[in-house]
Amino acid sequence: MIPILGLVAGVLLGLLVDPTVPLWLQPYLPIAVVAALDAVFGGLRARLDGIFDAKVFVISFVSNVVVAALIVFLGDQLGVGAQLSTAVVVVLGIRIFGNAAAIRRHVFRA
Amino acid sequence: MTTDPTPGTPSPAGQAAAPEDPAGAEPAPGRRRDLRAAVLIGVLTLLLGFAFTVQVRNSDDEQLLAGAREEDLVRIVDEVNSRGVRLRELIADERRALRQLTSSDSETASALEEARSRAASLGVLNGTDPALGPGLRMTLRDPDDAVRVTDLVDVIQELRGAGAETMQIDGVRVGLTTAVTGTAGALMMDGRPITAPYEVLVLGSPQDMETALNIPGGVVQNIGSRGGSVTIEQVPELVVDALRLLPEAQYADPEDD
Repeated sequence: MIPILGLVAGVLLGLLVDPTVPLWLQPYLPIAVVAALDAVFGGLRARLDGIFDAKVFVISFVSNVVVAALIVFLGDQLGVGAQLSTAVVVVLGIRIFGNAAAIRRHVFRA
Repeated sequence: MTTDPTPGTPSPAGQAAAPEDPAGAEPAPGRRRDLRAAVLIGVLTLLLGFAFTVQVRNSDDEQLLAGAREEDLVRIVDEVNSRGVRLRELIADERRALRQLTSSDSETASALEEARSRAASLGVLNGTDPALGPGLRMTLRDPDDAVRVTDLVDVIQELRGAGAETMQIDGVRVGLTTAVTGTAGALMMDGRPITAPYEVLVLGSPQDMETALNIPGGVVQNIGSRGGSVTIEQVPELVVDALRLLPEAQYADPEDD
């Protein structure tokens, strides 16, 4: 319940405030969002599996975001930022797909 | 600490990667921890929603160009360029118009000046304006009432031939349509009777006119032979102030081209 409320509140806040993203954050924000989405899907799946742990969720959320941003940052420093961004997005996308498949099995029993 | 995840949790990136976490086994002793976790989860998801919305909005306006295909970009650049060209042409047009307006302003002023001076000289010529300048004051005495219309017309013609610019005879301004009528002794200028001695005020080069009047067989001699006499006095500053009304053209309209 709390995560849904938090999401809705965050979306509303973003719609209301509508801030401009600082330039230094612009390459990292989409990656961070995808990483956080991955963590959220993972948490949802764990909950459906009955093994949800708040601590693990929080740590995985934060570390997901930090590691994803760090990878992109390193890629930027090495001159392969765009490629590494793509790599991170692909990996996280695959994980999201996997989690979504597990959730689907729980919800639809199929 | 019953909810501790196994130390060998493989991935830091997601719960799904660690489905063997013994989470949620028995959360009884950690009520305060539960609250803190709930707050943390709420904050994190709130941040996620916020960042998600911001990113979506951001990419709405910026990835528009970044994600456009090459031909689209070329087209957009073309459009921007042609728009720039159009705007430059517009600027040039406006500049030209501005220049024309400012210069036509001064043209108007000079045209007005010219029109004024033309009106002034036409006014002198037509007798609608008083005139001032060097000229002659002549007095034609006619004790025998012998001066005829033609003699007076001769005087006028001779003066005009000698460069007279405007004149008046006995208080009647001589203009383009001035008529001398009547009979000797009862002459009329423009229908107004004049009486001897006739006073002629004429503007022009005094020497030229005096010479012209005094030539042998000329006007002065002619009037003398009729028993009259002419006295001529050169005046450096003479005022011709008799005025005529300008006849309004009834049939002729000015033709503008």
